[in-house]
Amino acid sequence: MPAFNQSRQNVIKLLFLVSFVILGIRLLFLQFASTKYDLLALDNAVSKKIVYPDRGIIFDRKGRSILENTQTYDLMVMPTQLKGLDTLGICNILKIDLEEFRERVIGAIVKNGRYRPSIFESSLSLETFVQLQENIFRFEPGFFLQERPIRSYPFKAAAHILGYVGEVDSSILKKTNYYYQMGDYMGLSGLERFYEPILMGQRGVRYQIKDNKNRIVGSYEKGLYDSVAIAGRNLRTYIDIDVQVIAERMLKNKLGAIVAIDPRSGGIIAMASGPTYDPNMLTGNQRKNNFSWMLRDTARPLFNRAIKGQYPPGSTIKPTGALIALDEGVITPSFGLGCGGAYFGCRRPIGCTHKTPGHAGNLRVALANSCNSYFSHLYRLAVDNPRLGGTAKGYLKWKQYMNSFGMGVRLGVDLPSEDKGLIVDTSFYNRLYNRSWSSCTNVFLGIGQGEMQATPLQMANMMCIIANKGYYYTPHFVKSIDGQLQTDTVLNPYKKKHQVTNISAETYEIVQLGMQDVVEQGTGGVARIEGISVAAKTGTAENYGIIYGKREKLKDHSWFVCFAPRENPTIAVAVIVENAGFGATWAGPMAALVMEKYLRDTLSAARWKEVERIENTEIILPIVRQKRSRLDSLRREKMRKLQLKATASGNLPQRQNQDKKSSITVYHLSAIKPENEEQFV
Amino acid sequence: MKNNSFDMSKGVDWTLVGVYLVLVLTGIASIFATTYRDENIITGFLSFKTDYSRQLLYFFLSAVLAVFILLMDSKFFTATSNILYFAGLILLILVFPFHTDVKGTKSIIRFSGFQLQPAELCKVFVNLALAKYLSSTDLNFRKLRSQLVAACLVLVPAVLTILQSETGLALVYFSFFLVMYREGLPSAVLVIGFSIAMLVVMTLLIDQNVLAIILSLGAIGFIYGLQRLIKRNKSVLVLIISIWAIAVGIQRFAVPYFFNNVLKPYQVQRIYATVGKDFQVDTESMSEEDIKKMEDKKKAGNYNVKQSKIAIGSGGFWGKGLMKGTQTRYDFVPEQRTDFIFCTIGEGFGFVGSIALLGLYLFMLFRIIHMAERQRSVFSRTYAYGVASVFFFHVFINVGMTIGIIPVIGITLPFMSYGGTSLITFSILLFILIRLDADRQMVLR
Repeated sequence: MPAFNQSRQNVIKLLFLVSFVILGIRLLFLQFASTKYDLLALDNAVSKKIVYPDRGIIFDRKGRSILENTQTYDLMVMPTQLKGLDTLGICNILKIDLEEFRERVIGAIVKNGRYRPSIFESSLSLETFVQLQENIFRFEPGFFLQERPIRSYPFKAAAHILGYVGEVDSSILKKTNYYYQMGDYMGLSGLERFYEPILMGQRGVRYQIKDNKNRIVGSYEKGLYDSVAIAGRNLRTYIDIDVQVIAERMLKNKLGAIVAIDPRSGGIIAMASGPTYDPNMLTGNQRKNNFSWMLRDTARPLFNRAIKGQYPPGSTIKPTGALIALDEGVITPSFGLGCGGAYFGCRRPIGCTHKTPGHAGNLRVALANSCNSYFSHLYRLAVDNPRLGGTAKGYLKWKQYMNSFGMGVRLGVDLPSEDKGLIVDTSFYNRLYNRSWSSCTNVFLGIGQGEMQATPLQMANMMCIIANKGYYYTPHFVKSIDGQLQTDTVLNPYKKKHQVTNISAETYEIVQLGMQDVVEQGTGGVARIEGISVAAKTGTAENYGIIYGKREKLKDHSWFVCFAPRENPTIAVAVIVENAGFGATWAGPMAALVMEKYLRDTLSAARWKEVERIENTEIILPIVRQKRSRLDSLRREKMRKLQLKATASGNLPQRQNQDKKSSITVYHLSAIKPENEEQFV
Repeated sequence: MKNNSFDMSKGVDWTLVGVYLVLVLTGIASIFATTYRDENIITGFLSFKTDYSRQLLYFFLSAVLAVFILLMDSKFFTATSNILYFAGLILLILVFPFHTDVKGTKSIIRFSGFQLQPAELCKVFVNLALAKYLSSTDLNFRKLRSQLVAACLVLVPAVLTILQSETGLALVYFSFFLVMYREGLPSAVLVIGFSIAMLVVMTLLIDQNVLAIILSLGAIGFIYGLQRLIKRNKSVLVLIISIWAIAVGIQRFAVPYFFNNVLKPYQVQRIYATVGKDFQVDTESMSEEDIKKMEDKKKAGNYNVKQSKIAIGSGGFWGKGLMKGTQTRYDFVPEQRTDFIFCTIGEGFGFVGSIALLGLYLFMLFRIIHMAERQRSVFSRTYAYGVASVFFFHVFINVGMTIGIIPVIGITLPFMSYGGTSLITFSILLFILIRLDADRQMVLR
């Protein structure tokens, strides 16, 4: 029975075929032509968990850890899971009000989105942590605790050396080509920053599969793509933490710096900058608060004066002037000058503290007496050296010497952002004096004033050169890296010996003896240590500051540079105390205590008393003190308000601890910058 | 069985049975792949508590029923088709007082742990009744009256199903118009139906006023082009104008009215979501609860499609391998063992697997048409076309909705989706066809 509409079967078949072809084409686009869904699927189902290794630990020369890892806990929030949660309960534990709670949640959503956990409160205090841990089941899964390793500093010292770690910002992300990720911690300053690749180790990555409720259900591809975290490596340094602590104590209530180097290796024994701060302040939950107060302090506690403070070196440069003159051969150690209380070689006389005839009879005597006339003259002799052909060329040669001694250039210490001090180029004088200048124009360079600035580190390094009789190793902190590899080239530059003069050992002996006389007969008597021969040079540097827009002469900086024992030096020290007056008054005793502690490894009770005396003396310019107390009262007022608010909302004031800690350091608005004031004209 | 030499397997189309077995087993494997959770496989399969073991149980039940059907006399189906149809209608109506609320549907009756969805089962009865009606000797299907009777046979259960909030299942009944077309329904009906469908789609895609202008310009163009014809015969002009009026009427008034008053807001939104638009519902007249419900449904619908597209799309060309699909393994696709089972194939076996599966379905459809055309009796042929149409509709809509070209209406993928009613219904549907085909030499009335 042939069907009447039999041909219609073909229409129906065609309809089926076309429909299925449409499905096929769509599948082709979905599965073959687009990789977008792969990524979306990965994003759906695979979570990448970074496993953070422990950061390396830093040890001092005796193997004591001066920085360690401890655990802290962050309270994390998951914004999507907050519905029906006991919000008030968590507010009570954290002692915040509902408005603050809301703000934080919104902040978290803005930062990381609704579906990813964000930090609600970081580095919980022990008390809060204990309370939360007992109660956290009530707040899960909206809130949970996450362990995070942080740094701790058992000696509460060496803040400037060690630096701090902090969350990376977007500029670092870009610079490191996104090796770091949002929320990662890295060393942001000090050794933490310089040795970041070694200290941080290698992050591990664990890929985990999660289900539609974001629960982890297993590892992805059986861990094929996972990588193991490798712990950071430890650093062994030259630092003597006891010396460091004493140095920091003595700089309390002062602006200044102390640098102590072992000249035999260039290893830095101590480097203190005053005022300093307890490095633990920059790890806990008050980190941001503390940081911002310190930023506002006129005395700039975050500023490492040892490598960034640039001061006119004053008389401490005189041994260097002698070295240059000797190396150029313009004088011999027996060279003498008759000085009657001033130098008349140039138009304006340069005053000298001594009038007695013969106080500059030869190099050794002139050094011991710190004769201004003598070293002004040496400078002129070196620059006007007829063999060099003209003042400009002579000056360039002089500058070259200075640079090779590490003055006016970055030494290359293993800390970031070292400053290079100042030794100007001839072009500076050409511009200023329209090319008509002579050795008289800048004769003050001979006595460490004028267009010359040096960092305390450079001055300490200068002492190393004299102590070593002609060479130095670039100053550095790190002696070795635990588990050092062939590929670790970071320490190589510090193994290179820099030979900078061709002066005979005997001649050096004379310079050293002159410096020893400074201590034994001259201006540096305060640095005398029983049974140890100390060679030293004092310095009293004139300086100017701009206060409220007016250039004013400030009280002199107190400099003291030295090394000991003179015969076989194992420590070289440079100390500066800003605006403390005569070099021997404050810088001298500080340098002596540092050397004694290092060489003897112990201090007598009397010497400890001396440390205490220095520690308790405040040497700060009145203007700075004024600003500091103003900011201090501002801070106190803020704390009082915070406490009032806390009491009003029924919570106990919790900030007393922090208050006490923070009053150790001082906080000021930046109005003057004495150490960076330009000295020319 | 009067005839002692009766051989159950005589005349059975083993190819189709083979395809059936492959599809059902693939389905069970897919359900296993998505729901297996590290339990002991043997106890998992024997406990009948896991989804895959239950599906296996439904398969055994289906097999028993299939054997039962093959043992029956073909005449049984012609004889009882009308009774079965009315029984089915009664079952459908019984749902209203006795339904259990499961996931927002009102179409399920539950008894002693098992669920029955009469709306699903009724397809068999409607198909039988339609075949019976179209094969009656005194029928002249060219008459409008017979066409209307046939349409009513199909549409009554459809309306009952819509009343049970199962729009998707109700739409399946429209596939029977394909059968009627084969049996002589004028193509004009299909063309007009298709045109209206196109118009509705255009209404969704193009701004109302712009579409009206396009339609008007089209009409003017026709009038201009057919000037001479119109001069001779005014009725052409009337025809053009009335077509224009109907078209504009549909797109300006009928569709908006239908969307706003007949369909539920979430359904409208799903339809709009398919064409990539966000539908703004007039929420003023709605209660807050309704708005929330609508929002939830909208979210769920969009989420389903998005996740299902991700799952299928991430399968790529070769797929990730069975049980290796991260999306289907870890519940990212909702309803993935029932309506979205195709995702498992798409993710696990990629483009190649998906096309192979579609090819198998297409082969099955062509095989059924081939079988239909070799029948001597109109009843068998019509029934076979009914089976093909229902299968086609299910496969096309289901796969289309998982890959986001058709709005999400919950209908299953034949033989593969998890669910007893679905598997058993399709098995019955198919094995009746095989039984009828085995007796293709017979003339059934």
